Amino acid sequence: MEMMKTAFLGKNKNRSICVGVVILAYIIIELLMFTGSLKSLFINLLVPVTSYIIVALALNLVVGVSGELSLGHAGFMSIGAFTGVIVSSVTSTMITNDILRLFVAIIAGAIVAAVFGFLISIPVLKLQGDYLAIVTLAFGQIIKSLINNTFLGYDASGFHFSFITNNVKLSTGGKMLINGPIGATATDRISTFTVSVIVLIIVLFIIFNFINSKYGRGVMATRDDRIAAQSVGIDVVKTKTIAFVLSAGIAGAAGVLYGLNFSTLVPAKFDFNQSILILVYVVLGGLGNMLGTIISTSLLVLLPELLRFLADYRMLIYSVVLISIMIITNNPTINKTIKKIFKKNKAEGDLNNG
Amino acid sequence: MNFKKLLSTVAVASMLVACGGGSTESNESKAFKIGVSGPLTGDAAVYGNAVKNAAELAVEEVNAKGGIQLELKVEDDQADPEKSPTAYGTLKDWGMQIGLSTVTSGAAAAVSQNYADDQIFALTPSASSTTVIYKDADNTQSFGYVYQMCFTDPNQGIASADYIKAHTNLGTKVAVIYKNDDNYSTGVYQKFMSEAKAKGLEVVSETSFDNSSATDFNVQLKDAQAKGADIVYLPIYYQPASLILTQASKMGYKPSFFGIDGMDGILTLKGFDTKLAEGVYLLTPFSADAKDDLTANFVKNYKAKCDGEVPNQFAADAYDCIYAIYNALEAGKATPDMSNSEIADILKKQFTSMTFNGLTGTDVTWSEKGEVSKAPKAVVIKDGAYVGVED
Repeated sequence: MEMMKTAFLGKNKNRSICVGVVILAYIIIELLMFTGSLKSLFINLLVPVTSYIIVALALNLVVGVSGELSLGHAGFMSIGAFTGVIVSSVTSTMITNDILRLFVAIIAGAIVAAVFGFLISIPVLKLQGDYLAIVTLAFGQIIKSLINNTFLGYDASGFHFSFITNNVKLSTGGKMLINGPIGATATDRISTFTVSVIVLIIVLFIIFNFINSKYGRGVMATRDDRIAAQSVGIDVVKTKTIAFVLSAGIAGAAGVLYGLNFSTLVPAKFDFNQSILILVYVVLGGLGNMLGTIISTSLLVLLPELLRFLADYRMLIYSVVLISIMIITNNPTINKTIKKIFKKNKAEGDLNNG
Repeated sequence: MNFKKLLSTVAVASMLVACGGGSTESNESKAFKIGVSGPLTGDAAVYGNAVKNAAELAVEEVNAKGGIQLELKVEDDQADPEKSPTAYGTLKDWGMQIGLSTVTSGAAAAVSQNYADDQIFALTPSASSTTVIYKDADNTQSFGYVYQMCFTDPNQGIASADYIKAHTNLGTKVAVIYKNDDNYSTGVYQKFMSEAKAKGLEVVSETSFDNSSATDFNVQLKDAQAKGADIVYLPIYYQPASLILTQASKMGYKPSFFGIDGMDGILTLKGFDTKLAEGVYLLTPFSADAKDDLTANFVKNYKAKCDGEVPNQFAADAYDCIYAIYNALEAGKATPDMSNSEIADILKKQFTSMTFNGLTGTDVTWSEKGEVSKAPKAVVIKDGAYVGVED
């Protein structure tokens, strides 16, 4: 028993807790769905919440673990989402199994987003602090504008592409994949909650294993003291690049889940505000705290929907709640009290274990 | 201890889910449940609230007649395609039998498939994009359950070009300013341009802006002025349009301005000097000053309900939607205890065969794909009110 406990908790205690919470939440939700007591409002929210959790985890890898401020994660999400939609539409006749097609789309979206992540990391990670934030911010805007002006169609003779003005002429049976600012329409909604949760668990494993790996420790050492890290021989740029590319890929995968959950997807959705929103989830959950990110994202995405009964006062109360959370979590007295309770528990726990 | 903490987290999570679980069973009332979502907060809130008020007004009037009873629920979607499916979910949980879909296009396109999947009939007052009713880009496959009360965007572009070409007194050299990250604006712009080309209308300046540059229009206006445009076509919403009018007036540039239904609402915009909108033309199916009894009554009742606010085209569309549904329900002898798909079948049959007379048009008909057919009207702003233009 004791051995099992160490194996389960041991070095990867946080990982096991996170995965455990996710699986438990999944089982509860599935049970509720099975008994039919879950409202359709929440059923419609399951996939978006999970994809926001995944993208928030990805951002936490950059902001929390790597210590760099990225304001462009909505851009990676957007790249992933549109890649996923394109892959799903094009392969819809080849791969008839929806789940398989979804996985193919997720992998494609993650790879394309990671490639963009790598390209942007070349200039970006030579920069530090504020400059990095500015470049990633610009990156998000550029991606939005690019997709806004992209017209991409697909028919029997292959892909047709035009930029800024729509000159795409399709033969009958052709399909517009990206129609400029209208975005992607009439997408097959193949994202499912189960697949989202599986992706979430895989992502948790990737993130925690990365943090505990040689590169993860290198990244954290660089975050804490760049010069000291360099002096002991850590390749600062390389380790940061790995974290950034990994994060971009994960954000892309989240984008695919998100994009294939809605029948329409507009490029303007992934704007600066979206990046900030994801950052808010991360900051409220705690920098570097993955479980905190999962909980804060679920809460903050669900909150406006749970407050629907307040009608006109909904958004007012939402912002009041947001401000109170920020004040309360940053209040030293409250923090101390929580820590005290936590410590007391820990002491008890250690006694029991001993 | 870790298990304790884990347990408490799970308990909180399950409590959260459980608050959603305790749904109130839809009681066996004798009213049809009509649901609609729209932007009650955010940038396009003027539209959402106009639809809400007018639909409530129409429902009150219908219920007062004593025949078929209706019940209305309006949910906020902030005109966001991500929020409208959850608003739809809320309406479905409430027991919606007939929908007014949503107020804006992007949000509506995101739920059209939901309406089709759940076999609920929807008639949108103002979501004008073709993507709301058609599944594909060539506009051949329709969802079949979603109908429109307003014109589709392409029709507005074509009608505007035809109108400007036919009325040379407004101007002959056209400048277009459109919003290139908005599907409503680009949709109208593209059709306008192709129709202008076909009809030989002279377009001298084409400029665009996007969400992040929607505050300064000096570049676009100077381009139009330098190229001698005497009419500026604005296929955009009223908020950027108000800034264009303000900045043009500061520059001393005085062309005619021509807008479409998105311009509607400019007179109720807070902080905007309505004098600047004097003489602005817009193509809209409704003008509040029309003399017929139906319009006069509607305007009077709407003003009484909303502290003297003059109803705009969105309000009129929503009011017509409720009456069109009411007429169809009555003619088809539908009862509230029927299933959603039975009601939808009756409504579809009625809508494709009936002719509707309302505020936004007479002899209005629908194709089986859900597209509406009615005549557009031009309206000019005079003394702070929309006045119909006599041809």
